[in-house]
Amino acid sequence: MRRDPRNALGVALVAIVVAAALAGPALTPFGPEQPDFAATLSPPSSLHPLGTDDLGRDVLSRILTGARVSLLVGFGSVAGACAIGAPVGLVCGAFGGWLDRVLMRCMDVLLAFPGILLALGVTAALGASATNAALAIALVNLPVFARIARAQAQLVAAMDYVAAGRAVGLSERAILLTCIAPNALSPILVQASLLLASSIITESYLSFLGLGVQPPTPTWGNMLHDAVGFLDQASWLAWFPGIAIFLTVLGFNLLGDGLRDRLDPRSAKTA
Amino acid sequence: MRALVGRVLALLPILFGLSLLSFTLLALVPGDPVTAMLGLEADPAAVATLRAKFALDQPFPVRFGAWMLHVLQGDLGRSIQTGRPVLGMVAVALGPTLELAAAALVVSLCIALPAGIVAATRRNRAADFAVSIAALCGLSLPSFWLAILLILGLSIGVPLFPSSGYAAFTADPLQALHHLALPAATLGVALAAATMRMTRAAMLEVLPADYIRTAEAKGLTPRRVVWRHALRNALIPIVTLVGIQLGQLLGGVVVTETVFSWPGIGKLTVDAIFARDYPVVQGAILVTATLFVLINLATDIVCVALDPRQRAG
Repeated sequence: MRRDPRNALGVALVAIVVAAALAGPALTPFGPEQPDFAATLSPPSSLHPLGTDDLGRDVLSRILTGARVSLLVGFGSVAGACAIGAPVGLVCGAFGGWLDRVLMRCMDVLLAFPGILLALGVTAALGASATNAALAIALVNLPVFARIARAQAQLVAAMDYVAAGRAVGLSERAILLTCIAPNALSPILVQASLLLASSIITESYLSFLGLGVQPPTPTWGNMLHDAVGFLDQASWLAWFPGIAIFLTVLGFNLLGDGLRDRLDPRSAKTA
Repeated sequence: MRALVGRVLALLPILFGLSLLSFTLLALVPGDPVTAMLGLEADPAAVATLRAKFALDQPFPVRFGAWMLHVLQGDLGRSIQTGRPVLGMVAVALGPTLELAAAALVVSLCIALPAGIVAATRRNRAADFAVSIAALCGLSLPSFWLAILLILGLSIGVPLFPSSGYAAFTADPLQALHHLALPAATLGVALAAATMRMTRAAMLEVLPADYIRTAEAKGLTPRRVVWRHALRNALIPIVTLVGIQLGQLLGGVVVTETVFSWPGIGKLTVDAIFARDYPVVQGAILVTATLFVLINLATDIVCVALDPRQRAG
């Protein structure tokens, strides 16, 4: 993983975004919601390296705070979906039967919705907020984890060491926890990394449409939404939050590709 | 044929599940959905009418059964805002969305097929590396940001294309193409990334095959070998992906239509969400998801038609 420069770039980009999310807001001299009506729509300068918006708020401070929101919603939605979807898939794949058929048909229904549409429907019903955006994105990701975990559990369940486990008298629960789950983890981890990228994009879509995190809390999506009204006067408002989303998603995609090459070489060959 | 019938029958529980989930969305609205739709200061008579219409005093299964009965008769209810039938509103919006999706698909294939083929035939050379980087960047690019950049560059910077609006093909084809250019480019570039990767991978699988070597030994030109023999056999995974993408496009258009004020089903859904017009939201989501499922079925059928091995199986 270290030898491929693309993987190194992915790790570096993700590390920078995580560091920015953790330490960034403490380092900037301006509050992300602090207006300065004497400096509205200022282009990038030494005082405001990424310029200011229509209320004179520092774009750099808002982007750094937005990183925290994007990562929180992204990690939260992927962790939630994985925590429910992976065990469901593992149980279905390992034991089959009527429970498998019922649960997988439910997952098929969720997969039958285009992702963004399902997320829109859920946030429309529950209301726009960071928690509801994370819930909606988790619901989109849930069947993906369930499907992958189920397929992997079916593969592992057919292995000789699982039969050996049964032969020495291990209970079904012990076989699931000690033989199947640990050996089915790699593709789930790879998928988690790739879904982080798509979850961050979906969160930015929802925020852009006004259905994610609500202003004045800055997110990259709602910053781009605000930028649309000032494209002819302040193009930097559209450039910098977009670059932040692009580099973050690129980082997680590169990281996911690298993890796949290392942990799941079979699927890497066909990707 | 038997497999096809089985595939169609397997869709029935999925379609039932889609309907149940679409209906449940209204039940998820916190508090009283009628108050959420009409507001706290709504006319009590209007509140009572809507409450009776949604049969909110009835248990959930009864309400769902009644709604389903109407849906099966093609009645998706009426818009709270306009009073018009939801099905009619969705049908009107579907035209521009399908136009946009078709144009985006054409843009995507025009970029992805040549680029994927070049990458595969020049494996591990500069062109392959460039295509891989471009595909990865395309996958990481949020489409609404690309839309904004295109507006900045080609509507505001160099005013070549309009930044919003729609013109019907039937009224003025040139104007229609003029308005279609930027939204189609936005969606097309986003789609091209994945298709490019798939084309490269599928071509790499096919190019070392014996029949390709035979075609070369017969003295066919490299262009003919690649386009007639290799691409034809690499098409199945590409068609599968394009079919999936066409379905995903129905969801993906939401943001692009909003940015470009394109009067399609995505914009209809978003506008209805902000107007709290839940019958329209339900109807638009149900129709879009049903189309998504049907497009996936059509993709399966096309793949069987393209692949004699699947026909035999």
